Amino acid sequence: MIDRDQIVGEDELNAYVDGELAADRRAAVEAWLAAHPDDAAKVAAWRQQAELIRARYGAVADETPPQRFNVEALTRRRYGVLAAAVAAVVAAFIAGGIAGWTVRGAAPAPPSDLARFTTDALDAYRLYVVEVRHPVEVPGDQRPHLVEWLSKRVGSPLRAPELDKMGLKLVGGRLLPGPTGATAFFMYENPSGERFTLYCGRTRDRDTALRYTTGEHNAAYYWVDGDLAYVLSGPAERDRLREIAQAAYEQIDRRAPQQGG
Amino acid sequence: MVLLNADRNVNNTRRGRERDVPEQVKCLNEFRKRVEAAIPALRRYARALTRDAETADDMVQDTLLRALRSEHLFHGGDTRAWLYTILTNLNRNRLRTLARRPVLAPIKDTDAATGGPESGSRDIARALALLADDQRSALLLVVLEGLTYREVAEVQAVPIGTVMSRLARARSQIKAYLDGEPPVLRRVK
Repeated sequence: MIDRDQIVGEDELNAYVDGELAADRRAAVEAWLAAHPDDAAKVAAWRQQAELIRARYGAVADETPPQRFNVEALTRRRYGVLAAAVAAVVAAFIAGGIAGWTVRGAAPAPPSDLARFTTDALDAYRLYVVEVRHPVEVPGDQRPHLVEWLSKRVGSPLRAPELDKMGLKLVGGRLLPGPTGATAFFMYENPSGERFTLYCGRTRDRDTALRYTTGEHNAAYYWVDGDLAYVLSGPAERDRLREIAQAAYEQIDRRAPQQGG
Repeated sequence: MVLLNADRNVNNTRRGRERDVPEQVKCLNEFRKRVEAAIPALRRYARALTRDAETADDMVQDTLLRALRSEHLFHGGDTRAWLYTILTNLNRNRLRTLARRPVLAPIKDTDAATGGPESGSRDIARALALLADDQRSALLLVVLEGLTYREVAEVQAVPIGTVMSRLARARSQIKAYLDGEPPVLRRVK
């Protein structure tokens, strides 16, 4: 017969494995395990789980952290626009979208162009939308030159949609590295200084309709037309953003037949 | 335009303050050093939590930004535990948002686990993926990050008893999964 005081439950077994057990119970638990092979096997399995976890992820702490984690730089950014943090969350959400779905199979699958483009586009949006003096490389009043240059670099005929009807003026554009290589980045601005950006690069994804992604303050619409993926980013106001994305989408779509597929 | 002006003002103010109060700067630098020292461990925890390197690093970056932004709110205490708390909460929010927004995923369905128990792909990452978020986080904080039950209870803002039952459930689920039982959340046959 076993004294009730000596019955060892799950909690104590866990505490034993984790070294959280009070010293005076340790001997009792060890005696219990010697007499209960089932529990002993359980404890061994839990220890092995911990080993597996440490074997799988422990080495991450030995990697050199990416440059973007430089605390000095982050400290400067901290005072920057709130959007920075928000956009980081957005990026995490988007990447998380992939992870969340990947997790169902648990092995990380390569991110889709949708996720990669949207993440990069929102990063670029966050980075440049706050820029006062140098938001673009080529100003919007040189539209033909800008479009010709970016088309050449991206490797596909581009078009900077005219969004004046929506109250948006082309600030200009720049060339950016993107998920699939050279990527064009157009920036638009309304009279109150709100900015929207169109990010556009080559993709192998098939055509899609508008796809919405949102965070707290930023949001984006993604679509694919022909061999190009587009991401329109702006403040998180779904309807307005959709209107603008729709306008851009239609103008770009009309271009498609002239291109001959 | 408005945003950056504000930004510039803040920076000026900050520079001014640092000149005037060198003591505080020393203190801040100490704090930043401790944040910096915690980065490798944060990345490890985030990687195991999300099992995706990019998501993990994005979350770590956001954690660092938040911590540095509110360093004036931090008076002593354990910097590392505080960072774990921020990261744990961010991850919870991330998962909640994902749950609310299944729209985002036109990604091909490569659900290898439907291959069944004999597919030999029952590894620890898959096992972790099956756990409820709070269970996963409790287990990782204990076995990977070496936090005590009390520290985990603070990070998760729950009583120690809850931490213990999360650990117990996490462990028995992982064991069942690795032993080849069909995962609870999914019908295999």
